[in-house]
Amino acid sequence: MTAACPACAGLPADDVAADVARPSVALSVPDVHCAACIGKIERALNALPQVAHARVNLTLRRVTAQTDLPAEALVDELKRTGYEAFPFDASRLAHDTDATGSDLLLRLGVAGFAMMNVMLLSVAVWSGAADATRDLFHLISASIALPAVLYSAQPFFQSAAQSLKGFRLNMDVPISLAILLAAMMSLYEALHGGHHAYFDAALSLTFFLLIGRYLEHRTRASARSAAGELAALEVHTAERKSGTRVETVPIADLVVGDVLLVPTGARVPADGRLVSAEAVTDRSFLTGESEPVTHGKDADLRAGEVNLGAPFTLTATAVGDDTSLRQMAAMVETAENARNSYTSLADKAAQVYAPAVHILSALAFLGWYIGTGDLRLSLNIAIAVLIITCPCALGLAVPAVATAAIGKLYQLGFLVKSGTALERLAEVDTVFFDKTGTLTQPGFDFDLDTLSDDERAIALGLAQASKHPVARALAARLGQTTPALIEDISERAGRGVSGQVAGEEVRLGQAAWVGLDGGGLALKTGARAIALRQNETLRSGAAEAIAGVRASGLDVAMMTGDSATRAKRLAQDLGLSAFTPEMAPEDKHTMVEASEAEGHHVLMVGDGLNDTVALAAAHASVAPATALEAARSASDVVLVRDSLEDLPALIATSRAAVRLSRQNFTIATLYNAVAIPIALAGFATPMLAALAMSASSLTVLINALRVRRAS
Amino acid sequence: MNVLVILIPVSLILGGAGLAAFIWGLSHNQYEDPEGNAARILLDDEDAG
Repeated sequence: MTAACPACAGLPADDVAADVARPSVALSVPDVHCAACIGKIERALNALPQVAHARVNLTLRRVTAQTDLPAEALVDELKRTGYEAFPFDASRLAHDTDATGSDLLLRLGVAGFAMMNVMLLSVAVWSGAADATRDLFHLISASIALPAVLYSAQPFFQSAAQSLKGFRLNMDVPISLAILLAAMMSLYEALHGGHHAYFDAALSLTFFLLIGRYLEHRTRASARSAAGELAALEVHTAERKSGTRVETVPIADLVVGDVLLVPTGARVPADGRLVSAEAVTDRSFLTGESEPVTHGKDADLRAGEVNLGAPFTLTATAVGDDTSLRQMAAMVETAENARNSYTSLADKAAQVYAPAVHILSALAFLGWYIGTGDLRLSLNIAIAVLIITCPCALGLAVPAVATAAIGKLYQLGFLVKSGTALERLAEVDTVFFDKTGTLTQPGFDFDLDTLSDDERAIALGLAQASKHPVARALAARLGQTTPALIEDISERAGRGVSGQVAGEEVRLGQAAWVGLDGGGLALKTGARAIALRQNETLRSGAAEAIAGVRASGLDVAMMTGDSATRAKRLAQDLGLSAFTPEMAPEDKHTMVEASEAEGHHVLMVGDGLNDTVALAAAHASVAPATALEAARSASDVVLVRDSLEDLPALIATSRAAVRLSRQNFTIATLYNAVAIPIALAGFATPMLAALAMSASSLTVLINALRVRRAS
Repeated sequence: MNVLVILIPVSLILGGAGLAAFIWGLSHNQYEDPEGNAARILLDDEDAG
């Protein structure tokens, strides 16, 4: 961010001082895409008196603002402007200054500078500079190239050294060897008035490979920080009661036996036993059931449930690592280990390539030494072989495709968190969807068809009076209606709202309180009481996603912790025949593992705590942005948009990326197939090496860009 | 060939100046939002910050 903004100059000094004191709020806004969007968003936010300085970063699709307002207020403001926004923790952002990235970029800059200059001198030599001029040019090249190579190629040297320490060969071993040997031999040649010097080859090798390394790093870093952005606003504090006083403490400080107060709408911070007479909670994140659950005194509550009723108190029975939530995290780690051992395409290629390169150049050296007995000539040829076989194109092939593919997916609203995710997604043949919160919209929706217009007006009038999450959802649902005028409104915590309309009592609240049997929400006007059945709305694009995924030849099934009737109704709406209802969290995990054991590759799409282990165990996984942090961190891809409709595009792009990576390997191999015999025969010159290297690298890069066109 | 004595240092200095500019840009966060900077020129900046 720029240090000084033009507008700041016009502000009185004390205002500027106040800005500095304001905390910084950061939002992820995936839909920003043009200058008009920047203008609209910055104007809207800067117009708010509490916002000091809002700035859009178009590259990262992010807004940062200095403000006292909570992030939700800015999200609401942006929604009015027409942009979806998601808050994230700005303090985390401050720490992720990308040191490794700028370090690589600096090395890249030095390598590029040195390569240009040495290349100028080399062209002169190739086009016929001879004798003293050639020797002078070689010596100048040496004085530029040697320090530049020693500085720029360090990432390869370090990685090679590390791999050799573990008695393994990775791609960086032949790379480092080629760079170092080429530089050393060229120095010897330059000092002894030789004809061929490979300084430009050593430098362009470093330069091209650093580009690949930087692209790889950038995709990983941006995916990681983007995923970190979503670690949004979850409970990290709890309200602890000591005597009559209530204090806010970090969750980490809780101990067993603490009496905790859970306000309406908040999450239960620790496993505990209910002290209050009654509590109504939403357990859907834990179990997938969408109906609120009513608990009696002494009932066991689990961390993560959301309080839908009156504030209640509980005694903590398990805190920190002992909560059921954390135990699940341990299971996730075990399940993830399997995935971490996945061998990527590039690694597979390197396993074949690295030994082959060494053997080939060693054979070239031996063959020529036995044949001619000329040590200097044999060494020259061996090094030429090493340089030409050195996988410039291979080092670029995968990172370039991945960068282009991940960039394209980012525009569609997918954050790809893991490097090998694209390759794993391309192999998927079965998709499991979680129902609640994934195929359905998270939150509450109500079946209002049974209400007359008057009743709707009354329901809205009452709902508006309450801050309860259910009431607010109902009020939002009734947005078009004009509210009725209601007198004597009073709210009974945890029960509902009551008032008077034309002398008659009206109530909106828990069914039992309103005078109906059963659970859920009900409305009473005069003598008539109506149950407001809770409905589930499909997430937008859910049906298209399922149809599209099926069209690309994948099996689709739905799994849910909800009842069979609800699951069946939703499955029919979506045209799904395969679904499994009433699943415990362990069942989902077992089902994924069973399917994997049969040789299927499963893509799990889910959002709840009950899905977390299944997400980690599946071959690949996607979580919506509304998912819990645990679920998001267990999955490979986070979907930032509300709609699921681009899910088929995710799979198609991954498949295209893998196809293009393979193609790139083929192109690189073809170049080698032509160049290696020439090098072995001793006809390779520095000019030929430079030509082959640049041509194959450029072909691979251009081929990688085609992934943007694949749909 | 004496002209080389001037030309080679000149080319190195020019290249070095480019490198120095790149390093300066890198350390002053000039590459943080390339797309945004390209788009901002189109804005009427009566109130842009």
